[in-house]
Amino acid sequence: MSILVNKDTKVIVQGFTGKEGTFHSEQCMAYGTQIVGGVTPGKGGQEHLGKPVFNTVKEAVNATGATVSMIFVPPAFVADAVMEAADSGIELAVIITEGAPVKDMMYAKMYATKKGMKTIGPNCPGIITAQECKIGIMPGFIFKKGNVGLISKSGTLTYEASNQVVKEGLGITTAVGIGGDPIIGLSYKELLPMFEADDETEAIVMIGEIGGDLEIQAAQFIKENISKPVIAFIAGQTAPKGKRMGHAGAIISGSKGTAKEKMDALAAAGVYVVESPADIGKTVKEALSKK
Amino acid sequence: MNIHEYQAKEIFRAYGVPVPRGGVAFSGPEARKVAEELGGNLWVVKAQIHAGGRGKAGGVKLAKSLEEVEKLAEEMIGMTLVTHQTGPEGKKVEKVYIEEGADIQKEYYLGMVLDRTTEMPVMMASTEGGMEIEEVAAKTPEKIIKVAIDPTIGFQGFHGRKLAFGLGLSKEEIRPFIKFAEALYKVYMDKDANLIEINPLIKTGSGEFLALDAKMGFDDNALYRHQDIIEMRDLSEEDPVEVEAAKYGLSYVNLDGNVGCMVNGAGLAMATMDIIKHEGGEPANFLDVGGGANPDTVAKGFELILQDENVKSIFVNIFGGIVRCDRIANGILQATQKVEVNVPVIVRLDGTNAKEAAEILKNANIENIIAATDLADGAKKAVAAAKGEL
Repeated sequence: MSILVNKDTKVIVQGFTGKEGTFHSEQCMAYGTQIVGGVTPGKGGQEHLGKPVFNTVKEAVNATGATVSMIFVPPAFVADAVMEAADSGIELAVIITEGAPVKDMMYAKMYATKKGMKTIGPNCPGIITAQECKIGIMPGFIFKKGNVGLISKSGTLTYEASNQVVKEGLGITTAVGIGGDPIIGLSYKELLPMFEADDETEAIVMIGEIGGDLEIQAAQFIKENISKPVIAFIAGQTAPKGKRMGHAGAIISGSKGTAKEKMDALAAAGVYVVESPADIGKTVKEALSKK
Repeated sequence: MNIHEYQAKEIFRAYGVPVPRGGVAFSGPEARKVAEELGGNLWVVKAQIHAGGRGKAGGVKLAKSLEEVEKLAEEMIGMTLVTHQTGPEGKKVEKVYIEEGADIQKEYYLGMVLDRTTEMPVMMASTEGGMEIEEVAAKTPEKIIKVAIDPTIGFQGFHGRKLAFGLGLSKEEIRPFIKFAEALYKVYMDKDANLIEINPLIKTGSGEFLALDAKMGFDDNALYRHQDIIEMRDLSEEDPVEVEAAKYGLSYVNLDGNVGCMVNGAGLAMATMDIIKHEGGEPANFLDVGGGANPDTVAKGFELILQDENVKSIFVNIFGGIVRCDRIANGILQATQKVEVNVPVIVRLDGTNAKEAAEILKNANIENIIAATDLADGAKKAVAAAKGEL
C-alpha cells in the first residue's frame, strides 16, 4: 500500500518537451513511473521519449486514461496549466514549477478544488511511492520501500530525511514534498489522515519550516486524529528575525511562525520533535521500537 | 520587493485611494520648494526608508514654516534611522517626503495581506491607529477586524460594511470608507501586492478618509508583469551582498558566525545552520544555491562567502535532486581557480550523480577540500575546522 500514487498510476507531463520536463520525465520513466504521454501546445501528434505528445490535456486524458499530471511549465503559465488539468478530469496535479505568482496560484487552487482535483506544490520536489512511482525531481534511488510516510515542505530535506530512514534499515511508503510557497496544495492536515489510513505506514515523518502556521494546525490535528507515531523536524531554529517591512503576516496567524513555537506545539501534541536534523532517522527507529 | 511611502502613495493616487498632497525631495532647498508649491502653513517632513517605526526614531517631523521644512530636511537627509524594523545598524536616509499637514480627527489602521489559512487576501482594520499593530494583536486581538475577500467575487459591499461597523463608524462615514477600502483592494490585486499597511488611516475634520502613511510589498514572483513596480526598486535599501547574490540566482543572508555554508534548498540551508549551532559552532551565512545551480553560480557562492572575513571554514552541503552533484563538484573546482580559497572546505555531496562528483573532486586532489560522509559528520568537521581543531 501507499498513498495517492502507485505502480499502476498513469501520468502525463505538462511541459513534456522542455529541458527540465524532458530530463525529469526520463528519470521518472527509468524509475518505473508509467508516463503515458505529455502535453506541449503546438507539438501535438509528435512523439517524445517514445510517448505521444498532445496539444491539450483533454486529448491526452482521453487517449491515455491518465489520472495524474506532472507540471513543468514556466511560472507565468503554471496557473493556466493547473486549471487546464482540473478542467480535463485529472485527479492529481503535481506542480514542480518554481516561481509561480501567488495570485495565480490562489485562483488555480480555487478552481482545482471546485473541480475536485488535488494538487501538490508548486515549487516542490513532487511525490514518490518507493520503488513504484516517482512523480517529481527527487533522486529516486534514496527512497527504499518501507513503512515510514514522509511529508515535507523542503525538497532537499525530504531527501535527507529519507536517506537517514533508509540508513537505519527502514524505508519509505510514500514521500510527499508539499512545497513552501504561500499557497500550496495538499498539506500536513490532508496527508496525515491518508497515512493514518494506510496499512503499510507505521510512522510518519513531518519536516516543517519557519513561517506560516501549517505546522501548528497539524499539531492540533495530530493530537485529535493520529494514532501512529509522528516524528518532526522544523528547519530554521537559528534563523535570525527577518528584516520585515510590515507586520501584517504575523497578525493573521496569531503567531510569529518561529521554529520554537512550532516545536513546542508539536511536542505538546505527543510528536517526537528532533532538534538536530541529523537525528531524524534515529528517532524514527526509536519511535517504532516503542510501539 | 518593497517600495517607499511616496511611491506607494503615487500608486494609491492612480487608483483613487485618497492621500494627502506631497512631493519627494533629496535636499533641504528641494524640500522647501516642494513645501512652497504645496502651500498652506503646516507640513510634515518624513524620512523615506523601507521600515516602520520612523516616528519614534525622529524620522517624521512637523514644520510650521518653509525655513523649518528646509532645516528639518537638511537634518534628516544623511542621518541613520534606527527603528524596531531596521535592525541595530539602522538605515541611512537619502530622501524625504514633504506632505501637507492634515486635520486629524481620528486615526485607524487598515491593512491587507494574504491569509494562508483561507488562501484569500484579507483586509484588516482597527480603531487603534498609529499604535504598534503587533502589540494590538497580542494584547487586544478583538480590536482587529478581519475580512477575507474571495477574489472570485471581489470586494463587495458586505466586506466593507463588516469593517465599517466593526470600527464603529457613523452612518455618513460608511460610504466614503467603503469606497476607500474598495479602491485599496483593487490596488492590492492589480499590483500583485503581498502587503499593504496604512497606519494611520485618518478621518479628517471634514469627514474624509486619507492614507497618512502607506507601506507596500510585492510578490517577487509576479514582478515580471509589473515594469512600473520594478522601476521603483531602490537598491540602496537592500544589502549589496544579497543583491549581488540574487543576480546569480543565489539567496544569501549574512550572519555573525564563522562557519560559511553553501547548501541547495532553503530548508536544508536552514537545517545546516541549525546543525552547525547544534555542534557548537556559529553559521556565518545562509546560502541557497537553488535549483538552477551551475559551475558559475557555485563559484560565485564561494566569492560571496569569502567576502566575509570572519569565515574560518566552509561547509558545502548538497543533496542533489534538480541540482546534480557533478555540477557542484565542477563549481567547486572552478571556484578554487577563480578565487583563492584559503580556508578548509568540507564537502558533503549526496543524491543525483554523487559518485561522479566524488570522482571529480578526488581526481582534482586539492589540499583543503575535505570530504564528509553525512550531515552530522560534515557539520562536526566544519565546526572543528573553524576552531582550528581539524
